[in-house]
Amino acid sequence: MTQPFRLPGVGRLDAGKPLAFTFDGKSYTGREGDTLASALLANGVHLVGRSFKYHRPRGFLSAGPEEPNALVGIHRDAARKTPNVRATVQELYDGLAAVSQNRWPSLAFDIGAISDLNAPLFSAGFYYKTFKWPRAAWDRLYEPAIRRAAGLGNAPDKPDPDHYANRFAHCDVLVIGAGPAGLAAALAACETGARVILADEQPVPGGRLRFEADARIEGKSGWDWAEETVARLAARDNVRVLTRTTGFGYYAQNMIGLVERVTDHLANPDPNAPRERLWQVRAKRVVLATGAIERHMVFPDNDRPGIMLASSARTYLNHFGVAVGNRIAVYAAEDSAYAAAIDLKKHGVGIAAIIDSRAAPESPAVEEARALGIDVLAGHAVIGTDGRLRVRRVHVAPISGGPHREFQVDALLTSSGWTPAVHLFSQSRGKLAFDEATQRFLPGLYVQDAVSVGSCNGTFDLASSVNEAFDAGAKVAKEAGFRKPRARQMEASSGTPWSIGMAGASPGVEPGTSKMAFVDFQNDVTAKDIRQAVREGMRSIEHVKRFTTTGMATDQGKTSNLHGLAIASQMLGKPIPEVGLTTFRPPYTPVTFGALVGHSRGRLFEPTRRTPTHDWAKAQGAVFEDVGQWKRARYFPQVGEDMHAAVARESRTVRETAGIFDASTLGKIEVVGPDAARFMELMYTNPWAKLGVGRCRYGIMLREDGFIYDDGVVGRIAEDRFHVTTTTGGAPRVLHHMEDYLQTEFPDLKVWLTSTSEQWAVIAVQGPRSREIIAPFVEGIDISDEAMPHMSVREGRVCGVPARLFRISFTGERGFEINVPADYGLSVWKSIWAEGQKHGACAYGTETMHVLRAEKGFIIVGQETDGTVTPDDAGLSWAIGRKKADFVGIRGLRRPDLVAEGRKQLVGLKTVDPQIVLDEGAQIVADPDQPVPMKMIGHVTSSYWSSNCGRSIALALIENGRARMGERLYVPMPDEMVEAEVTSTIFFDEKGERLHG
Amino acid sequence: MLLIHCPYCEEERPEAEFRHAGEAHIARPQNIAEISDEEFERYFFIRSNPKGLVFERWRHIHGCARFFNAARDTVSDRFLKTYKAGEPKPALDGEG
Repeated sequence: MTQPFRLPGVGRLDAGKPLAFTFDGKSYTGREGDTLASALLANGVHLVGRSFKYHRPRGFLSAGPEEPNALVGIHRDAARKTPNVRATVQELYDGLAAVSQNRWPSLAFDIGAISDLNAPLFSAGFYYKTFKWPRAAWDRLYEPAIRRAAGLGNAPDKPDPDHYANRFAHCDVLVIGAGPAGLAAALAACETGARVILADEQPVPGGRLRFEADARIEGKSGWDWAEETVARLAARDNVRVLTRTTGFGYYAQNMIGLVERVTDHLANPDPNAPRERLWQVRAKRVVLATGAIERHMVFPDNDRPGIMLASSARTYLNHFGVAVGNRIAVYAAEDSAYAAAIDLKKHGVGIAAIIDSRAAPESPAVEEARALGIDVLAGHAVIGTDGRLRVRRVHVAPISGGPHREFQVDALLTSSGWTPAVHLFSQSRGKLAFDEATQRFLPGLYVQDAVSVGSCNGTFDLASSVNEAFDAGAKVAKEAGFRKPRARQMEASSGTPWSIGMAGASPGVEPGTSKMAFVDFQNDVTAKDIRQAVREGMRSIEHVKRFTTTGMATDQGKTSNLHGLAIASQMLGKPIPEVGLTTFRPPYTPVTFGALVGHSRGRLFEPTRRTPTHDWAKAQGAVFEDVGQWKRARYFPQVGEDMHAAVARESRTVRETAGIFDASTLGKIEVVGPDAARFMELMYTNPWAKLGVGRCRYGIMLREDGFIYDDGVVGRIAEDRFHVTTTTGGAPRVLHHMEDYLQTEFPDLKVWLTSTSEQWAVIAVQGPRSREIIAPFVEGIDISDEAMPHMSVREGRVCGVPARLFRISFTGERGFEINVPADYGLSVWKSIWAEGQKHGACAYGTETMHVLRAEKGFIIVGQETDGTVTPDDAGLSWAIGRKKADFVGIRGLRRPDLVAEGRKQLVGLKTVDPQIVLDEGAQIVADPDQPVPMKMIGHVTSSYWSSNCGRSIALALIENGRARMGERLYVPMPDEMVEAEVTSTIFFDEKGERLHG
Repeated sequence: MLLIHCPYCEEERPEAEFRHAGEAHIARPQNIAEISDEEFERYFFIRSNPKGLVFERWRHIHGCARFFNAARDTVSDRFLKTYKAGEPKPALDGEG
């Protein structure tokens, strides 16, 4: 018979076509609407996992997201293998394949369970104390071994093939949790016209009404009321109902993170649907209706499969139609657990006994249980259980002493009370207050516009809960600007009230016992461990937590934290609030990286910027490199060439004839206005006032501390207009820096700044033949050396397109940079290219650009400089306007350390063996024979093979470098000591004659 | 993500549109070239970094691009006030 524990006619699932699934390869069937947990339980399967540390057999503790034990792997296909899925949350679909974790060779026979026998060795803090010594063994031996033995599921080994969506939403009222309180609050709020979002983590809303079969609201069964209410809400235009959606994070100013699981419950998801959707909701008001989480009892061997929370057994029965056993005992310290026994008994399931640790429990539930003939043992405790893979026997004794009794069982239900789920309230930075009378932490001081309703607010009684929630929903809607709905009294009742219960170790688990009474199931933390932590000196719960790892597993201690705290508090002899409460942090339940990352992966991780000639360069076979977000052509290899050969050819061709280079990525800022020159005087070290229109100057920009911030050539287009260029990566920060001073320090200057980086395409034509190449295309500009010397700029037309033509050079050759509107960049480039080919010119890339500038000793900010280099260090003190009264950095340059002797200065380095190309970043020492650690006096900033020089060249920052000309220094490398001579930074055409043609 | 009220746009906008720009009300000395090392140190390096009420600069970089000032409580992360650059420091008490 299939699904032997499914009771006919019980529960809310359709008995229609069964769904087939497998667990560890064995086939089972379940029903539409099942979770993996309820389907396994319907088949009588309780054993689903092994614990983290002791490898103890474990079953289902709960029926919801708080589950610590029943973590499984869900294997959809080769790439979709999700580890650590809570079987109590995973919905069943036809063909689902689940596997157990943390066991070998099988779940029923697990070698790792030897840890359980050795448990006395593995006490709290065992790892901290044991694997300290010897240090070297940690990396090679201990850590790999511990990682193999511990851990839960295995991470998938293939890229995630799914995609994840991201939505932003605004609403007046966000209600988290669609139990009776959340539904009532949403109902009240939506009737005012407020925009409402209602989110619930379950596939079907209802919260506690899923198991409270005896609840009645507004004259209907609670469940029917919930279904009807959800339908009413969903039908309204101003309400969005999100199911399978967890509110996982409460951030500043009422921003809530929700994650919606879109396809994980489907057998054949639409491949175009996202697997999950992240919602970032900004709500005017938030209603927290997150409910409460039932706690287990902390008694010896309380972790065997078949031992579960009482309300969960009720959920399996009343919602899923599954009996969790045939002969069941209940162990409780509060009233609501009785309802589980009563419901099961009414459905013909054998109840062995209710064991209640309270001396004389009094409640209608106790009376009803007795009336049904259930054996109620008040003032008793469970002192142990038997059963290797499932609980088989319960040992019971009176707390005041007396003869032991045994009960044969196949399940044991426990409850020590309910913990309000204050996680999101606490994340909102609200202050929790400990309620002495009920021994609960409840929302105290709110710091955001939120309100808690229902059991997360400590209001356990159903009628009080829905009325409190309805009033709160109306109130927050009014606060959000809507008229208040008319007050309404909602009539509601539930059969079994929830009582206060107890926290901490159960009777019989006193200090000194060696019994294993689990507090935190997932991390295998027992009452004994927590007591030991206190004995070893931990005083704050924060320390106890870290020493024992209680509450630090993936369930974040939802069922266990209060127990841990109560045990520590008892050991310390201090009230609970003085021991403290650990901080609640997002996420409430685990969130996939996929959901958080959304579309920001692969090509969409960040924007890609391409220059106007990108596709042309690609067609020419260019190899690209990333420079910030830009794709830049690095070199243009011809057939059979590697990078070395291509760069050697390109750099020779530039100096012999000409080369064409796409410099469009240069940052460009248009500085305009009557005070433009005054502003430039303040922003750059150089003098600008006397720079003639049509002339260019190399400018250096400092920060106020005197260090080089950026550099670039600036052309004066008109008296009131400068064309400023910046480094490729520096454009945004230079504009930010300029705007900062213009807006906040010099707001009286009449200057306007505009980024034009992407408006101009820049085609550099460099080399002896550059003028001949561009000549046929230039209109209205005399480009003779006399009329347009080095460092000049003219406006005119190139290829019929309005252009700014610069006569500048980053190669040391005669050179032009043609700026044309970016849309014309490619067509102008193609014309220049065609003409260049007649002269034997080549296209060159950034690698050759680097080599050519290094041959001339031109610096690159960010390569020769690192934020601690002054103009003088870089050999650029000539660029400082000595007569200027002010510029940014003027005072910083005079700081004692910046004028001190012994600063690192930029020099050239020639290796004694000219074939050796030094490594950029390599350190430099003066004495190769000194003992290690050697005194490092500088480092290599740039290093290349120069085909024009026929040798390697390098630039370096070296202490007192300019005083060391001709000195031999050493660069220690792993396999050799490279000897090099300090030289001038200029390796080619030292007199600079080629610039002028 | 914080919401920040831009005093120029007169709108509350998400933090992602803004860029933090350090402590506010630190004026660059008019005679900066003449000041002593100690004065320069105080101007450039020393910041108050208090717990509680801070006055700081923000720039609405992906909006109007203006710099403005804000008073914020670093404990609650709440903005008490934002105001235009050049306006005087408002008299405010932190929230604790």
